Amino acid sequence: MELANIEKLLEKYFEAKTTILEEKTLQEYFSQEEVAPHLEDYKSLFQYFSIAKEEQFTKHVPLKTKRNYYKWISVAAVAVLVLGVYFGNQPSKGGGIDPQERIAAERAYQETKRALAMISQNLNKGKEKMLYLNEFEKTKNKIFN
Amino acid sequence: MNQADFLNIIVPFKDKVFRLAKRLLVSNQEAEDATQEVLLKLWSKKEQIGEYNNVEAFTMTMTKNFCLDRLKSKQANNLKLVHSNYQDENTSLQKQVEAEDSISWVSKIMETLPEQQKMVLQLRDIEQYEYKEIGEMLNMNPTAVRVALSRARKTVREELIKKHNYGVS
Repeated sequence: MELANIEKLLEKYFEAKTTILEEKTLQEYFSQEEVAPHLEDYKSLFQYFSIAKEEQFTKHVPLKTKRNYYKWISVAAVAVLVLGVYFGNQPSKGGGIDPQERIAAERAYQETKRALAMISQNLNKGKEKMLYLNEFEKTKNKIFN
Repeated sequence: MNQADFLNIIVPFKDKVFRLAKRLLVSNQEAEDATQEVLLKLWSKKEQIGEYNNVEAFTMTMTKNFCLDRLKSKQANNLKLVHSNYQDENTSLQKQVEAEDSISWVSKIMETLPEQQKMVLQLRDIEQYEYKEIGEMLNMNPTAVRVALSRARKTVREELIKKHNYGVS
């Protein structure tokens, strides 16, 4: 590439009138070791551009979206819930208690009921006796007022 | 669309997204986060990807908007973007650039440009997009792109010549 041509291209370059192809020509020219002394200043400019082009993005992009993750958690939660309800209800549904057990349970129930009734009766008796305490209260009031 | 399809779509331009983000945010870390964010946003819209006629341009626009928002919120918080790129041993580019001092000036000079010129210069001289595409990405008309680009290139040239004349090394 002759020098006159490069100078002309440079002029166009600074007016932003060069095409991509012409700019590539310039870059090629300035990437060689020897350039015309008065154009030495531009060498670093074009060299910088070609070096800067080499820089790469190396970081990993975590593409696994969080939304997906939540979706699977909710699926698992629903599964656990359904299984829980199913197995939780099973014993009461299949309630095959045999008659003897039932009778024994009923007797125990009656016994307990009777025992509780006795307790409450006695408790009521005790409470009646407590009414006498009210007399104390009355006398106390009479004396003090 | 599954993950593999999506990755195939983004492979051609994910580096460009990163470089644009880095141009605007300067910090490596910030740029990586921004790229990740943008790609995840794209992933969440994967069902609509077929409807966009130019996914790449759409993504670049998204990147631009995201980074500018980021810069704005940083400014509002009165915080400066802190970058510690010089400690990052992994970026071979940074080392390469550092080795050649005058080349690293270019990147420093570019940092001083206004946002719009930065983006235009990045998209044209580094990513080599056509004016029409850049216009589409930045929501500008192609003439405005040319004007901004010419201004950016001239500013960089002036600053570069200034530096060279001072003989700072």
